[in-house]
Amino acid sequence: MKQRVLLYTIVLGIMSAGLYFLLWWLEKPIMSYSQQGKWYFIIPIAIAFAFSLVHGAFTGYFWEALGIQAKSTKEK
Amino acid sequence: MSETSNLRKILFLFAILLAFQFVLWATFSPLVTAADVNPQTVAQVTVYPDLNINDVIFLLLVGFVGGLVSGFIGSGGAFVLTPAMMSMGVPGIIAVASNICHKFPKALVGAMKRAKYGQVDVKLGLVMGMSAEAGVLYGAHIQHTIKQSLGDSGSNLYVSVVFVVVLAIVGIYVLRDALKMRKSAEPEKEEVTKLALWVQSINIPFTMVYFPSLKAKVSVLITLPLGFATGMLAATIAVGGFIGVPSMIYVLGAPSLMASASELVIAFVMGLGGTIKYAWDGFVDIRLAMIILAGSLFGIQLGAIGTTYVKPYMVKLVMGTIMVLVLFSRGLMVPVYLSELNYISPIEKNLAGILSNVSFVMLIAALLVGGVIVLYALWSGHRAHHLEQKASS
Repeated sequence: MKQRVLLYTIVLGIMSAGLYFLLWWLEKPIMSYSQQGKWYFIIPIAIAFAFSLVHGAFTGYFWEALGIQAKSTKEK
Repeated sequence: MSETSNLRKILFLFAILLAFQFVLWATFSPLVTAADVNPQTVAQVTVYPDLNINDVIFLLLVGFVGGLVSGFIGSGGAFVLTPAMMSMGVPGIIAVASNICHKFPKALVGAMKRAKYGQVDVKLGLVMGMSAEAGVLYGAHIQHTIKQSLGDSGSNLYVSVVFVVVLAIVGIYVLRDALKMRKSAEPEKEEVTKLALWVQSINIPFTMVYFPSLKAKVSVLITLPLGFATGMLAATIAVGGFIGVPSMIYVLGAPSLMASASELVIAFVMGLGGTIKYAWDGFVDIRLAMIILAGSLFGIQLGAIGTTYVKPYMVKLVMGTIMVLVLFSRGLMVPVYLSELNYISPIEKNLAGILSNVSFVMLIAALLVGGVIVLYALWSGHRAHHLEQKASS
């Protein structure tokens, strides 16, 4: 179980770092399209969703791998 | 099978939400555009800022603490991020746009996390969120009108006065209630207010909706103005939750933990609508937004986990403490703006500078104090739980 969490943390961490690398690498075209506005509004929205999915999952597993978990999973 | 049907429901709700955002946006955009209809503003912001490593680290840290507080009380952090970015030389409108763009993915992750703990009332969040979206757009319109007639100082004065009035009334009430609950014989027990019981007793045909967090039906005619006020506050001071969460607790009768979790749904709806609005005009600096998001997602996960270890009054305690500290921070700036508008005798430039710096430091302190309380609550709750488990085994 612990190994599985660690594996997910590492894989998602690499994917998250990859996304940040892509953002840095493709900075110029991304910024120039975003700046044009109008229907290019899709670009920042899509990027934000992609990061929330990958980086969100990574951060969740990150704390779990460190042993910080919720007290219960249902009904407070 | 049930997962597929849940996915369909979520996609359907999401499609409705997007359609609703477009309708609202089309309705209100003639009233106000993100560029304040000033071609000079547009020209100024075409140059996106270059950030140095210190700026990036600062944004990551503020993002983390902001996320921590948001995960716990449903909102917060945004009131520090916009001025923080502006102090780095980021033009105001890009700071606001990028801040709001980091807000909706953060709220989405937080809402999903807290939904796992059974704390989110999606229906209440969506219903309040949709009217909040209208409030955001109308709030932006009011801001724009004030800015046109009284300039930047007038706009700043309006924001500060709203901060002071709202936080003085709501913040002190929330803090008092938290302290009262803490001292009571049963600190875990949350009583539904008389106002909420009365609201739940009102029956207006064809408008009644059952909300799981309230375990009761409430008319949407009551939730609409509450959501609208939340949105207007979000457009004015960037933290709608300071109205949204207390109104869900004291006016509708939701438990604190469910109110703060459902606020994340409202923040997601408002954030998504706001981002579409600003991105349509090309003002979102996605690099800035993603830097803040990098830190804030670590924080929001931790804040959400923290809610499973604490008694309900802790949500009120953190929220009330932050609100009162922010109240003093903004209160310090009121004389400065009054003097700029010549409503009172002029204040020396040096003194105005000192007040401005002290106010900004107090804003950061408010967020830090909130973050420290959340971390302490998480640490002590985690430790007590661990010892309990050890003893039972």
